Amino acid sequence: MRTLPVGDRALLVELGSGEETEAFHAELLRRRAAGRLPAVTEIVPAARTVLLDGVEDPGRLAALIAGWNVAPLHARVEPAVEIPVRYDGPDLEEVAALWGVTPREVARVHAATEFRVAFCGFAPGFGYLTGLPARYEVPRRATPRTSVPPGSVAMAGPYTGVYPRSSPGGWQLIGTTDAVLWDPAREPAALLAPGTRVRFVPRDVRGR
Amino acid sequence: MTDRALAVVRAGALTTVQDRGRPGHAHLGVPRSGALDPYAGALVNRLVGNDADAAVLETTLDGCAVRPRCAVTVAVGGAACPVTVDGRPVAWGAPVRVPAGAVLEAGPAVRGLRSYVAFAGGVAADPVLGSRSTDLLSGLGPAPLRDGTVLPLGPAPRAAAAPGAVPWPGPPRELVLHVRLGPRDDWFTRAALHTLATRAYRVSPASNRIGLRTEGPPLERAVAGELPSEGMVLGAVQVPPDGRPVVFLADHPTTGGYPVVAVVRERDLAAAAQAVPGTPVRFIPTR
Repeated sequence: MRTLPVGDRALLVELGSGEETEAFHAELLRRRAAGRLPAVTEIVPAARTVLLDGVEDPGRLAALIAGWNVAPLHARVEPAVEIPVRYDGPDLEEVAALWGVTPREVARVHAATEFRVAFCGFAPGFGYLTGLPARYEVPRRATPRTSVPPGSVAMAGPYTGVYPRSSPGGWQLIGTTDAVLWDPAREPAALLAPGTRVRFVPRDVRGR
Repeated sequence: MTDRALAVVRAGALTTVQDRGRPGHAHLGVPRSGALDPYAGALVNRLVGNDADAAVLETTLDGCAVRPRCAVTVAVGGAACPVTVDGRPVAWGAPVRVPAGAVLEAGPAVRGLRSYVAFAGGVAADPVLGSRSTDLLSGLGPAPLRDGTVLPLGPAPRAAAAPGAVPWPGPPRELVLHVRLGPRDDWFTRAALHTLATRAYRVSPASNRIGLRTEGPPLERAVAGELPSEGMVLGAVQVPPDGRPVVFLADHPTTGGYPVVAVVRERDLAAAAQAVPGTPVRFIPTR
């Protein structure tokens, strides 16, 4: 673990792996909930880093963090968020070919995986979900689509994600969901937040 | 004609509703947003007796015109521009009483880029996650104004409009941005860091509320390959593959995968919001 100053009011904590990053993020949230973290405006986890923004004294916080014992990540007690999905995406066949299996097997493996939201970004409500073994990583599409429909369940690199709204995108589309990922009128607005556990529940292509 | 609302007569090139933004949601992918020149936003609010967090209009280059349905005190500040009520010139940078049904116009900016229009009571569009700011990256908050848009106004504040003159910084002839190197300055060659510190850049016309783009010598990377996505801050100087630094402004993405060579001091960003395309830019790094 190392800390890098970001301007005068932020700190970037860099960790060795995705798991360490999630464990460190969970530690930050525990300490903040217990009132044992100096005031910060934003805690933004990402692939290998956690950004702490809006910090009064980043140098002091860095020194504090250096002395922490970060607890290893353990499964949360709250139930996983279930996202109904139809495995009918236009890139399902291509992903199946990359894995060397049938499209039906892609759906089976994906639906049998327990995912975790490693971090959010790209658009409000878009979570980067980890959980698939490394052998199932797939590249982004060579040419991004100019418009990906909302509710598209997609894969790229080690991540699965669900497009909250229509946007350009280069991920491989394997399915579709009617789940509402982002609704500012709802509390909470985001269905998925960093740390949330997620399961995809297959639905018949015809509906239920 | 007594309801507290205004109708947009001329929306201008890009006029949005802005307040102090919605910090605290970056972990969900929600940009901070908010007035790009927060000092100007706070000053026009003070001039009409509003709290500093009341929502104002932010114009871009050619101003806007609105017709309040009730008599209301307004103030126009930020980028200097001619201000008229039903075509008659009135004061810029000072409280002005606009009668019900009259047209208030903030004309094209003569110095600077973004003018701010405050109304006593504030623009009372529906807040999203605690803010009325239009976020152009993710589409949160009220849509940019269009001709005919009607926006509600809040109840008139108890505070009297602040009289008198207030100091307005002029827009920069040269945009001087003090930066602190890092977090990814080690992704660039020593020559690139020297270039950033010594060479002249210019504000690109492709700049917007998301970022101030620059034109100038490209910064050469010392590290090839991709940076895993990481959290981004206001003022981050991100360097995309073309090597030209982009300074992140209020609607910046919350995470990004291009290395940040340095971060601009927050108090220099208001000037960045007022720098017209072509303005010379100088980066002054500190450790």
